[in-house]
Amino acid sequence: MWRSVDYKRRFRMQIENSFLKVENLSKSYRADAPPVFEGINFEIERGEFVCIIGHSGCGKTTILNVLAGLEEPTGGNAIMLGKYIKGPSLERGVVFQGHALMPWMTVLQNVCFAVKSKFPDWSKAKISEHAMKYLAMVGLVNAEDKKPSELSGGMKQRVGIARAFAIEPKMLLLDEPFGALDALTRGVIQDELLKICSETNQTVFMITHDVDEAILLSDKILLMSNGPNARIAEIVINTLPKGRQRAHLHHDAMYYPMRNYLVDFLVNRSKDLQARSANGGLVGYQPIVVLPGIDAPVNQ
Amino acid sequence: MKTVSIKVKGAILSIVILLMCLFIWHMATTQKVVTSPSESVNSSEYNSLMGQSGGETVQKTGFPTLTQMGQTIYKQLSHPFYDNGPNDKGIGIQLAYSLARVGLGFLLAMLVAIPLGFLIGMSPLAYEAFNPFIQILKPISPLAWMPIALYTIKDSSISGIFVIFICSVWPMLLNTAFGVANVRKELLNVAKTLEVSPIRKAFLVILPAAAPTILTGMRISMGIAWLVIVAAEMLVGGTGVGYFLWNEWNNLSLSSVIFAILLIGIVGMLLDVAFGRLQKAVSYAD
Repeated sequence: MWRSVDYKRRFRMQIENSFLKVENLSKSYRADAPPVFEGINFEIERGEFVCIIGHSGCGKTTILNVLAGLEEPTGGNAIMLGKYIKGPSLERGVVFQGHALMPWMTVLQNVCFAVKSKFPDWSKAKISEHAMKYLAMVGLVNAEDKKPSELSGGMKQRVGIARAFAIEPKMLLLDEPFGALDALTRGVIQDELLKICSETNQTVFMITHDVDEAILLSDKILLMSNGPNARIAEIVINTLPKGRQRAHLHHDAMYYPMRNYLVDFLVNRSKDLQARSANGGLVGYQPIVVLPGIDAPVNQ
Repeated sequence: MKTVSIKVKGAILSIVILLMCLFIWHMATTQKVVTSPSESVNSSEYNSLMGQSGGETVQKTGFPTLTQMGQTIYKQLSHPFYDNGPNDKGIGIQLAYSLARVGLGFLLAMLVAIPLGFLIGMSPLAYEAFNPFIQILKPISPLAWMPIALYTIKDSSISGIFVIFICSVWPMLLNTAFGVANVRKELLNVAKTLEVSPIRKAFLVILPAAAPTILTGMRISMGIAWLVIVAAEMLVGGTGVGYFLWNEWNNLSLSSVIFAILLIGIVGMLLDVAFGRLQKAVSYAD
């Protein structure tokens, strides 16, 4: 099938000019307990939207925090643009799970605080203009003088997204940004995020629990096995064509194979690796690369 | 009636309670004394010695009547700033002395407590190092420091300021440390990912986040300082509202003592209200 070949070629190219590379990452919080995750290897290409899915406790947030520079891994490295990630950087914008807006600042002040951090030499007017541009981008107008406590959950999360985008990071890290939102609001913000990301060719790493969200947004989905000793079990290439829209998603021929494959992993296969690792059978394990609905799993 | 709010009702009730108290005061201080025969010899002699004669409308006790009280208040408030030498100053001047001492001691305490509280709140090591000292020094009555202060400083007025300093420093220190240590980790992570400089982080993230807790500490400190200044001034004498009160006791002018007590209460309340306002100004809804 032409489509299969095309995807595989694209996937190989990703590895050659990798934007972000994670090598053999592991984390244990206690020396006498097994690591939460180990042997984590993956790469992200520039402009790629990558989602990571896994059950609670497999260390998704820890991986994101390592990429953000907020946590140190026990072993392994994360390399972005040829540099080891050591500590937080303005090159990586983070949208936190619980929006994390400064409650005493207005919406505009919150975004300006970030802009001023990135561009300390800019004039006040320029900073404010820049912040307003990004607030408008996430659909927040006439709310700039409100305090976060006066906003709905969806609006707060939009401010968080605007704040992360406003520093024009090379990579955006999203920690389950829509987890606390109702389905309708989530859908609207997902559409906005998709639009902004494709306009700005933003590289994104995002944690989600929502399979449909992953199918809609991502180019590549990392599936994590259960913790402890969690690993990236499979790398699923999104076989739905780009320019996906929420409303038409379920009409795509690839949608159900894709969705079934992901759900099946979460329900059935996510436990498999844990059992194998207990017997020491995972040394040097490489995740399998899958194109659901196109061909059978291949080894990387 | 729904139109009368609970506040108005409360105010009406307060006035009623006040009037009742004044009435009881009035009844207790202006009752006629009917001399009983068995006591008559002794008490009439005693009464005449005290400049009173039995059987007439007299004060039951030395406690001032409402009229005397009113006269005292009027006299004191009509000339609050007179100065007739060391032992006779208007209440305004005395209050100003007390407030200046409290203000200075409080300011010094702020200068020490807030930066040190920041340090203790941010660094677990500093917390462990300072905590034993704080725990031992905190429960000491500030007046217990007075002899040491008088001996080392050799100035009663500055000793008063020192006592205010030492009593205001603990609540502020502990609250600042607590507030700083409990700034939401998420907000600190935001500052980290934005590579905010330590100074900017301290002033724009940690300080506003901890401000309500710090202000609570300051409010408690101010309350304690105002309690302590009266006692300290009674002890060291010279000036201030505490000295005024003690001086009037020595003059056996109970109406002036009551006047001073009322004034201490009102000023204390105003200080608390002021800090309550400040607290409200820096607090935020989460």
